[in-house]
Amino acid sequence: MYRNDMTRKEIERAFAERSKADEDLIRSLARCDRRHFLRVSMRFAGMAAAAGLVPAHSFQLVRVARASEVGGGEGGFRFAYVSDTHLYARGESHRFVRAAVKAVEDMNALDPQPDFVLFGGDLAQLGRPDELELGRQILSDLRAPVRMMVGEHDWYLDLGDKWREMFGPDHYSFDHKGVHFVVLNSVIEEDFWTEKGYTPEERMAIVAGLDDPRQNPFTVGEAQRRWLAADLEKVDRKTPIIVFSHSPLYKLYRPWNFWTDDAEEVQAILRPFETVTVIHGHTHQLLTNKIGNIHFHGMLSTAWPWPYAPEGLPEYTVQMDRADPFNQFDGCGDGQVMVHGSGRVDKHYNLWDRNPRVVTAQELAADAIPGPRAYAGPSY
Amino acid sequence: MKGVSRMGWKKIATGAGLAAALLVGVLAVSRGMGGERPAMAEGRWASRAVWACDRRKLVIVEGVRPDERIPEPRARLVADLLMDLMRYCEEEITARVGIDQAITVTVRGRVFENYVPGSELPLQLAHAGKPHSARERAIWKAELDTLVAEGDRLFHSDEIGTNGLACAMCHPHASNTHPETYPKFQTQLKKVALLRDMVNWCIMNPLEGEALPGDDPRMKALEAYMLWQRAGVALSPGKH
Repeated sequence: MYRNDMTRKEIERAFAERSKADEDLIRSLARCDRRHFLRVSMRFAGMAAAAGLVPAHSFQLVRVARASEVGGGEGGFRFAYVSDTHLYARGESHRFVRAAVKAVEDMNALDPQPDFVLFGGDLAQLGRPDELELGRQILSDLRAPVRMMVGEHDWYLDLGDKWREMFGPDHYSFDHKGVHFVVLNSVIEEDFWTEKGYTPEERMAIVAGLDDPRQNPFTVGEAQRRWLAADLEKVDRKTPIIVFSHSPLYKLYRPWNFWTDDAEEVQAILRPFETVTVIHGHTHQLLTNKIGNIHFHGMLSTAWPWPYAPEGLPEYTVQMDRADPFNQFDGCGDGQVMVHGSGRVDKHYNLWDRNPRVVTAQELAADAIPGPRAYAGPSY
Repeated sequence: MKGVSRMGWKKIATGAGLAAALLVGVLAVSRGMGGERPAMAEGRWASRAVWACDRRKLVIVEGVRPDERIPEPRARLVADLLMDLMRYCEEEITARVGIDQAITVTVRGRVFENYVPGSELPLQLAHAGKPHSARERAIWKAELDTLVAEGDRLFHSDEIGTNGLACAMCHPHASNTHPETYPKFQTQLKKVALLRDMVNWCIMNPLEGEALPGDDPRMKALEAYMLWQRAGVALSPGKH
């Protein structure tokens, strides 16, 4: 069999000497359906674990989702996402512009196209009209319809005036193929600028500093919570809910605003529903959590990855590898969300220049994801 | 002090003030009373330990059992010796008085044999043997804080690059800079790197700026900030 420490030559020799049974197994992969695939991958994982070759969690057969298996058969569908582009209006050659364009190309290459593309917030770096305009221009090349969400980098120069003028309301809901979608503005900070006399530019710069302690924690705020409760009142409790928020709707790490201060109140509004998923940006990393009936998934940034917070990491998260700074795109990317007929989702992380990662609803529901206690992730 | 130490034994015993307080231990020993630290092992090398009141000066008297009264000539020697050593106020000093009355002094791991009371110990005393004053410490802290604050400002500023980016965008609170792991072989640079080499790589590449000379005040400030953020993390040069 194959081992992690084999040289290329040894792997080739092992492959040349593979048994009839191996051969049959490999051949069967080509024609396997979802159920068979799971059986095969579990068998591989079991074999590897039994041989003590690798810890079970690191043996993940990554299967690139084929269009035929999503949106078909089970009443499911698929949408994609791009998030946290942090654009500067400094010309087309700026590294963040190139990254955003790369993500748009990824989206346009999806065949068939996703039902829509979610933009996860932080389109601009400093909320400037020219940055937002540049972002709109880049996103206008998307073939699929776009759903916009606002981030703090879009908001704090003019408190959202320009963004709302360009993209519409900062919070809204819509229904799509049996799922009720809610988009929130979760980056509302209590006024810290008036008393100190900060200019809009200073206010923006403070909020743009992830570790700047002069700002306040993010919130959804009472007004939006009231709106959310009213919006959900007419929705059946069995209807799957998918919420988009820029910040994670739970409390991870306050000093970096990996945090929503009224997260518990928002979760309480969502609790009566059977199936709830929150997709969030802001954290620029693979992030998985589950609180009661709510599954949480982070989105990758196209601009740069953030290190994991020194504390508070949810036990459901298996960290992505530490990025190589010498590769601009490492640790960055975009992704897709496969929505099952049940309303639960598989979260696909399309990590540029790395193997993709998938966090499935099945493993999250079954608590099958080994958390950091089982998996010593990279240290920061 | 010297004058006091040369006063007669009885005078000291009935005296008052600092000298008397200093010598309470000696008196107690001399009269076979309690109150002193436990003595060294008994037997052939029996000895008594006598502490000065500052608990920093210890005289070990050889040839005297812990419960034995130190004969007066030697007790006087011990008292004089303790008073003498008190000149080195902050130092922890151990002196050993042999059966032949020879004195060996140990201070900061250095041993001085045949010490003559009243002579100078050839010690290099930092800050003239005085503890740092609160004012000194406040000045030093302010100076250090100024450098770290400047590093903090630069680390969060776009002024060392040309494309708007700042160090802290990828490294909030200097996370993932791990300054404690340098020097190390930086595989991407294909050479051993110091922290400043990686800082300059970041300035030149993601920030698209110009490298800073190693002695540039901005480089010093950036290094100071990163190290300050990692205070308490064990040094592990070479770690990947």
